[in-house]
Amino acid sequence: MEYEPVIGLEVHAQLLTETKIFCGCSTRFGETPNSNTCPVCIGMPGVLPVLNKKVVECAMKMAIATHCRINGTSTWARKNYFYPDLPKGYQITQFAHPIAEAGYVDIEIDGTKKRIGITRIHMEEDAGKSIHDDLSPFSYVDLNRAGVPLIEIVSEPDMRNTDEVVHYLRRLHEILVYLEICDGNMEEGSFRCDANISLRPKGEEEFGIRAELKNMNSFHNVQHALEYEIQRQRTILDGGGHVIQETRLWDVPQGVTHSMRGKEEAHDYRYFPEPDLVPVVISDEWREKIKNTLPELPMEKRGRFVEQYGIPPYDAGVLTANRDLADYYEETARLCGKPKVASNWVMGDFLAHLNEEKLEITESPVTPQTLAELIDMIEDGTISGKIAKEVFEDMWKSGKNPKKIVEEKGLVQITDTGELEKIVEEVLEANQKQLEQYRNGKEKLFGFFVGQTMKATRGKANPEIVNELLKKKLPIL
Amino acid sequence: MSQKNNMEFNQLTIHELQEKLRDGSLTSVEITESVYRRIASVEEKVHSYITLMEETAIGQAREADRRIKEGNADELTGIPIALKDILCTEGVRTTCGSRILENFIPPYDATVVRKLKDAGAVFVGKTNMDEFAMGSSTETSWFGITKNPWDLERIPGGSSGGSAAAVAADECIASLGTDTGGSIRQPAALCGVVGMKPTYGRVSRFGMVAFASSLDQIGPVTKDVEDCAIMMNVISGHDTGDSTSVPAEIPDYRKFISRDIRGWTVGIPREYFVEGIDPEIKDAVDETIKILEDLGAKCIDISLPHTEYCVAVYYIIAPSEASSNLARYDGVRYGFRATGGEDLLDMYKKTRSSGFGAEVKRRIMLGTYSLSSGYYDAYYKKASQVRALIKSDFDNAFKKCDVILTPTTPTPAFRIGEKVDDPLQMYLCDIFTLSTNLAGIPGISVPCGYTRTDLPIGIQFMAKHFEEGKLLQIASAYEKNSKIERRRPEL
Repeated sequence: MEYEPVIGLEVHAQLLTETKIFCGCSTRFGETPNSNTCPVCIGMPGVLPVLNKKVVECAMKMAIATHCRINGTSTWARKNYFYPDLPKGYQITQFAHPIAEAGYVDIEIDGTKKRIGITRIHMEEDAGKSIHDDLSPFSYVDLNRAGVPLIEIVSEPDMRNTDEVVHYLRRLHEILVYLEICDGNMEEGSFRCDANISLRPKGEEEFGIRAELKNMNSFHNVQHALEYEIQRQRTILDGGGHVIQETRLWDVPQGVTHSMRGKEEAHDYRYFPEPDLVPVVISDEWREKIKNTLPELPMEKRGRFVEQYGIPPYDAGVLTANRDLADYYEETARLCGKPKVASNWVMGDFLAHLNEEKLEITESPVTPQTLAELIDMIEDGTISGKIAKEVFEDMWKSGKNPKKIVEEKGLVQITDTGELEKIVEEVLEANQKQLEQYRNGKEKLFGFFVGQTMKATRGKANPEIVNELLKKKLPIL
Repeated sequence: MSQKNNMEFNQLTIHELQEKLRDGSLTSVEITESVYRRIASVEEKVHSYITLMEETAIGQAREADRRIKEGNADELTGIPIALKDILCTEGVRTTCGSRILENFIPPYDATVVRKLKDAGAVFVGKTNMDEFAMGSSTETSWFGITKNPWDLERIPGGSSGGSAAAVAADECIASLGTDTGGSIRQPAALCGVVGMKPTYGRVSRFGMVAFASSLDQIGPVTKDVEDCAIMMNVISGHDTGDSTSVPAEIPDYRKFISRDIRGWTVGIPREYFVEGIDPEIKDAVDETIKILEDLGAKCIDISLPHTEYCVAVYYIIAPSEASSNLARYDGVRYGFRATGGEDLLDMYKKTRSSGFGAEVKRRIMLGTYSLSSGYYDAYYKKASQVRALIKSDFDNAFKKCDVILTPTTPTPAFRIGEKVDDPLQMYLCDIFTLSTNLAGIPGISVPCGYTRTDLPIGIQFMAKHFEEGKLLQIASAYEKNSKIERRRPEL
């Protein structure tokens, strides 16, 4: 039978605040275990949480960027379970009334657009980390991460294949990073994803029994785990069996999912309203204020680049992959006034060099100013496109400006017709055999003479003038 | 009986001592020493304290004397105060009456403790209490039972039994207690002292070991109403460390003392005079009504129709919150950890089984059950809805009256062991005090006489949110005009 997968995602994004959600401890990653802790995040007796307003603002930004409705009043809840890395024995989260609901993210695959619904966004605190050492009889607990702020973004079960999942995840990731509210680092756990997946016979309305997948710490893993899970569920259904509702873990080295706990063993979290915190009240003014701080988002930027600069959607997509790159491109285009040429240079030589050396945009030795100067020199005929590539190499290595390089190396294009005419004549003189063949109709040899002329000038000859001169000197066939 | 000619300083009130400290006729060291002399002679019988802080107290007293000399004394400078052992004290063991926190030394002060320190108070020690404030008799403490100074075979009430007994036995000048369902007012009534539960949000809860967060409040236990006002002046106010504390203006509570109550309307809720109430207590209330009327107040019959649900609602909400609040005592980071756990789950089980007493475990189970999926709607949610109705009962009542008058307890102090094995009977001890916690309003218990067998009786006044001033005003007017002889327990 043909099946249709139904997939919904729960994404946890660690927020880039300086301090934790309910105390003043630093959120910095990778510090000495338990150094970023205080009585509040350790869960000592009698301490109370105090909400970090920045967390609310980060959540509001994401809510606005994903077209969610922001609730004027949202409330906190306790999610109760015992685990050593959960100091209070409960996690403070939002349950009955989250900060935002009913939004969406648009994705586009091969020119086809699809809207993925967002059920809700809520704020919560992260737990600490348990460290297990096989060689030691003890387990260790590091509470540096306990109380680091998170938002959880819950999607509707709107995705039907793994491509859509990866596209949706990339969009979310891109928005979070654009908003500068999450660093998006999947390996360090700042961007985590759980998936709910079920299969149903194609054309059927009703959902099948779902499994929840955890432990997928890269886009690649998400795709593989889901593909594995689709296959697993399909095999069960084809064999006349039933999928059971359970939580499964993606085993990266084995490339399979394992059952972690069944429905019966599922925790009863005993959610109830958190009595230590007052509701979060968001006024229209506050929402508007935050809305005004929002940067242009990747999708909008993409559309504008296509429109404003006349570049293909694909190019706009590459150039808007992150804010720094988009800014770099826009600055270059503005300075040289040739957006299409700028796009070719930024996407071509610039990104190739950057990726090769694994540099950040801001670390590039070639700035929008110098790149624009280079483009200007091509456009006004000072140098040829071919020479420009050589000059770019030099700029990258030395950080010098292109005018200086061209001057020092004498790379200025030869546009003097008299001088070029002499060279063309010399070329024809030296290649009698080819000239003969040309006369006999071997038209293709025209390119050969152009090449020889360029070679004789070490690439400095203006190719257009060379072309014209050759047309004049060679017999008309 | 008291020795009037040879009065010990520890028998005086805060305001009496303030005068003597100010005019230089007495030093804080002298007062503090008299308190510890008293402790040395009676503490073995009463057992008000879990931990005494004599060494640091004498140091604080010296510092206070220096401060007084320099002329920058505060209202409580040099006054020996006892703290319920639920309030975190930096560097001083804070047990909450439980084995599970037997050796817990907090690295921070509760906000109220810091406020008292700043005011120059001298800390006598940490008082005994029911384990995690769960109880009405101080019998559930891991550290032994506190006796009622008026009859050593009887309980002092609870959970702030140590704080009330210490004040009644003159083992301190005043104390702090906490009140989640009557835990200040009930022991104050049974020990013949004044106890106030402020409005929820008036006093910061930061550093009070949480029992039921939406009900808990810290408040004073004192020898008279004026002392209560002085203590309130120091501990009240907004605290950025407690999101539920309210940023409202704090009046000078002392100004309400000695004002008359002419023209006031006092509501007497008929639902509070039901069967089971001790006839001597009923008589004491009737006597109080007469005195108030003599003072120009009008006493009227009112109704708080949802009163009968208070106990049920309270015993769902308080244990639910407690089950979550007490989850942190897992033996992982601090406090007691049982040995011999085979794995994590076993360690949790052994630690919590032997670290908590029976009453605490009973309430954790009750609360866990009430919050469980499938039962939440029938219990916690329903209780929260009824709680809103109880609140609106009071809103409606206060449209008709300035304050409400009720007995504080249905009976005077009962015998040790009498109710400890009958949780339901124990829960009914708080039948008159629970409602103010559920509604978040303030309440005060004031002594109003003695039974034939010399046991103190208390009456309770309740007022609208943030009207502690009114409570102090009527309580002090009553106190000054009731002509109740001021007795001291014989010890």
